[in-house]
Amino acid sequence: MTLEPGRSATYWFFKGARGITSLPAIILMSAFVGFCGFAVEAGVPLGEAVFMTGMIWALPAKVLLVGSILAGVSLPAAFITVALSSIRLMPMVAALIPEMRTEKTPTWLLLLLSHFIAITAYVFTMERIRDVPREHRVAFFAGFGMTVTTANIILVAVIYSTVANLPAMVAGGLFFLTPVYFLTSIWASTRERAGHIAMTIGLALGPLFHQIAPEFDILYAGLIGGTLAFFIDRFWKAGARS
Amino acid sequence: MINYQTFDTWWWPYVFIAIAGWLATDIWRWLGVLVGNRLAQDSAALTWVRAVATSLLAAVIAKLILYPVGELQNVPVEVRLVAVSVGFAAFLMTGKRIWVGIAVALSFLFGGQFLLGAALLAG
Repeated sequence: MTLEPGRSATYWFFKGARGITSLPAIILMSAFVGFCGFAVEAGVPLGEAVFMTGMIWALPAKVLLVGSILAGVSLPAAFITVALSSIRLMPMVAALIPEMRTEKTPTWLLLLLSHFIAITAYVFTMERIRDVPREHRVAFFAGFGMTVTTANIILVAVIYSTVANLPAMVAGGLFFLTPVYFLTSIWASTRERAGHIAMTIGLALGPLFHQIAPEFDILYAGLIGGTLAFFIDRFWKAGARS
Repeated sequence: MINYQTFDTWWWPYVFIAIAGWLATDIWRWLGVLVGNRLAQDSAALTWVRAVATSLLAAVIAKLILYPVGELQNVPVEVRLVAVSVGFAAFLMTGKRIWVGIAVALSFLFGGQFLLGAALLAG
């Protein structure tokens, strides 16, 4: 990355790293306290809980993997469960990449950095990336993603032995924090009307498909809800024009 | 069938997690990079991809509230739904202040549990 007029890439990397004190990062860390408690309860040893945090990173996928381990399912079954729930990462990454890259950004770098994309990084980056000069957006994201991931790896390692003593109500609150935070922050950071329509439909379709096709519910809700929202928005716009 | 407990060595659980966890998530991220590299900014295709991503996340949110894991399972679903609805309303009414939404939702979650507990004791 070359030095552009104004601030350097290093400046933007640390600017991203400072996102560790942002509301999204703090909420995520609280959610990781909740996850750590769940891992302890499930009997996942410290080393494996830390390893999962670094290697999987996406919180829902980790919860599902621990659930699969608890249920004693086979390796292919666990793989399929986690993989199906993680398909959502693909459109999230695909939506974020065009905001982040320049023509000169090497693909291998994006492949490497994509590991740090999960819901929180998506929300944080979508919210702020437009205020970062395009040539430094990759540095900004790398700073945030790497810092937050490292911090949570350390967090899980440090609190593992004490987290079992959390009062039940506090532990429940920590699991509740994540969906409420996602709901409000995604709503606030969505810039297009299509996004708000997609959100409303997705909220309804998630539970609906959970009844009909529990293994594929998220996937169906996303594809059908997103496509519906896209066309509703198109017709709305066309109607406003005529 | 090979599962988490198949081999009694220290490294097997790590291999299990690497395959069923790391590989199962990162393949989608890599595919996302390859797809995203072909999407032009402000194109209709990108708007659609973003709508699908948003809808997916909304479905995840709804499931985390309706079918939770861990301790949240012990909170009645009515309390969870009232708490998140009031929290979201407060968020909208205060000009989309996220911390207001979270604070209100959490107070209703805790308050609802206390009220239920008190009602059970009284009844």
